[in-house]
Amino acid sequence: MNTFRTVFSTYDWDAEKASIYAKTATDVREALASSRPGMEDFKALISPAAAPFLEEMAARSRDLTLQRFGNTLRMYIPLYLSNECQNICTYCGFSLDVAIKRKTLTDEEIRREAEIIRAMGYEHILLVTGEANKTVGIDYFLNAVSILKEYFSQISMEVQPLDTDEYRQLHEAGVYAILVYQETYDEKDYKIHHPKGKKSNFTYRLETPDRIGEAGLHKIGLGVLFGLEDWRTDTLMCAYHLAYLEKKYWQSTYAISFPRLRPCAGGIPLKSEMSDRDLVQLICAYRILNPELELSMSTRESESFRNNIFKLGVTSISADSKTDPGGYANPHENLEQFEIDDKRSTNEFLQVVREAGYEPVFKDWDRTMR
Amino acid sequence: MDNLKIADKEFTSRLFTGTGKFRDNLTMRQAVLESASELVTVALKRVDTEHGNDHILEHLAAVHIHLLPNTSGVRSAEEAVFAAELSREAFGTNWLKLEIHPEPKYLMPDPVETLKASEMLVKKGFVVLPYINADPVLCKRLEDVGVAAVMPLGSPIGSNKGLQTRELLRIIIEQSSVPVVVDAGIGAPSHAAEAMELGADAVLVNTAIAVSRDPVNMAKAFKLAVEAGRIAFEAKLAVSRNQAEASSPLTGFLNG
Repeated sequence: MNTFRTVFSTYDWDAEKASIYAKTATDVREALASSRPGMEDFKALISPAAAPFLEEMAARSRDLTLQRFGNTLRMYIPLYLSNECQNICTYCGFSLDVAIKRKTLTDEEIRREAEIIRAMGYEHILLVTGEANKTVGIDYFLNAVSILKEYFSQISMEVQPLDTDEYRQLHEAGVYAILVYQETYDEKDYKIHHPKGKKSNFTYRLETPDRIGEAGLHKIGLGVLFGLEDWRTDTLMCAYHLAYLEKKYWQSTYAISFPRLRPCAGGIPLKSEMSDRDLVQLICAYRILNPELELSMSTRESESFRNNIFKLGVTSISADSKTDPGGYANPHENLEQFEIDDKRSTNEFLQVVREAGYEPVFKDWDRTMR
Repeated sequence: MDNLKIADKEFTSRLFTGTGKFRDNLTMRQAVLESASELVTVALKRVDTEHGNDHILEHLAAVHIHLLPNTSGVRSAEEAVFAAELSREAFGTNWLKLEIHPEPKYLMPDPVETLKASEMLVKKGFVVLPYINADPVLCKRLEDVGVAAVMPLGSPIGSNKGLQTRELLRIIIEQSSVPVVVDAGIGAPSHAAEAMELGADAVLVNTAIAVSRDPVNMAKAFKLAVEAGRIAFEAKLAVSRNQAEASSPLTGFLNG
C-alpha cells in the first residue's frame, strides 16, 4: 500500500524549518489577502513574522469558523479505560517506567462511568487507553464499544495504533472517529522520546492514519505534542499529512488537536516552549488554511484560555474531564495521565459558552448511523 | 402570490428554513416564526429521538410548521434508507430531505447514491426531496423515479456565495415537472429574490439567517425578498436591453 511514508520521505526537516523562518511580513499580508490560502501561506501564518498580525488573524479565523460552524460548540468528554502501558514515553504519566498503580476497567466499571457521564449530559465520548495489546487489544475494545453504544450517540477512540482490519471491525461496531497523534514528525527526536515498546516504531505510527482511512472511519484526528520539538516545523509536517489524507481518504472528515505538554508523573523538562500567543496563532492559522477542519481542545488548557478560544476557531471541546481510569466514579489522583488545568464543572463551563452567544451541542450524531 | 403545492401539502410561504448554527433554540424559534416558513428542516443526528424530550423539537412546536427531517451524515443509499425509516418513526412524518454527501469538506451531494436512495424511498412511501448538485439530467432522472421536488444547490452549503449555478438552475426550472427548491449557498436576500425571479418554486435558507448578527430581522428580510421575487416572477419581468429602442427601426417600413 502506498502511504504517507512515501510523501514524507520527500520532506527534509531542516529545509522545511528554514523555509518557515524565512517568511516575512509581506508573505503574511499576502496570506491574509488570499481567498483560499495554500501551504506557502500557511508557513507564513505559523512563522514568527505573523506574530504582529495576531489580531487580524483572529478576526479572520473567527469569521470563517462562524460561517462554517455557526454559533455552536460541540461538547465531548474523555473516558479513560486503562492506564496499562508497555511503552516508554519520556513525557507521559502512563509510561511503563513510571511507578503508578495500573488499572483497566471491568464491564461493570465501564457501565458505572458511562452512567455518570451520561447524567452529566454528554452524548459524544472519547475512549482513551495506553498501549497494552495483550490485555487492552481489539477484543477489549469491541466489548467496551458494545457496552457504551447503549449509552452514547457517538464513540471516538484515542488508543494505540491498530491494523487496518481491526479498524474495520471498530468501524463496523459503530466507532465514529479514531485519533492518533504523531507526537513529533522529527524522526530522530521521536526515537529519543519513545525508546521502548511498539510505539518506538516511527513508520508504523506515521502510517496509522492511512490504515484508519482505508478502514472507512468517519473522522480521523491528527496532532503533535507541543513541547518535544520546534512546534512550527512539527505543525507544518502535520499540515502536509492532513493535506495528503484529505485527498486520498476523501470520505473522511478531519480534526486537529493541540496538546501542550502538561506536568505529569516522571515528566521531562520541555525542549520547545509554546506560549498562549503561539497557540492562538497556530489555531487561527489552521482555520485560515482549512475552514472546514474540526479544531479540538481539551481541559489541559486554563480557564481563561478556554473561555476565549472557542470564539476564535476551536469547534469541539471537552469539560469536567478525568484522566484516570474509573475517575468519574472514584477520583484517584495517582492514576492520571496528566494533570488537568480547567477543573470547572460542565455546567459552569456551559454558562460561559451560552453567555458568549454560543449553543453547546451535545448530540451531532446518531448511534444508528454507520 | 400563488400557493406552492408539494405532494399532499400546500404552502403559502415559499421560504423554507433550517435549525442549525443558531446561538440558541429560542433565537432559532423566533427567526423561524418571523420568516413565516411552513417547512423547516431538522437533522436527524441532532435530535434526541429516543427520550422524546428534544429541545430543538420543543422549540418548533407551532401549528403551521411542518418538519422536514434530513439525513445529513449518511454516506450511501443503504444508510440513507435506514436513517429515513428511523426518522419516519421518530418525527411522525414521511417527508424527507434526502442528503447524501459523502465528501465532508464541501458537502457535495453524491448523485449516484441519491438516485438509488430516492427510488427505494419512493417505493417505501416517502415524500422525497433530494438535495443535489444543479444537474438538469439528474433532476429528470429523479423526477422519473417519483421524487416530490428537487433541491439543487446554488453554491456549496454554507458558502453564502449565491447562485453560482445560475445557468444550470435556469435549465432545471425550465425542464422540471416537479417543484424546484433552490437549496444551499443563498447568502443574502438578494440571492433569494434572484432565485425566485428565475422561477424557482421555493428556496431553503439556513446559514445566512442563523449566523447573522440579528437572525430574527434577517429572517424577515428573506421572507420579504422571497415574496418580492415570486411576485416579480408571476408579474413577468420586463426584458432587459442594452440600448433604448423607441420605435421599430427594422420593420417600420411595413407600417408605411
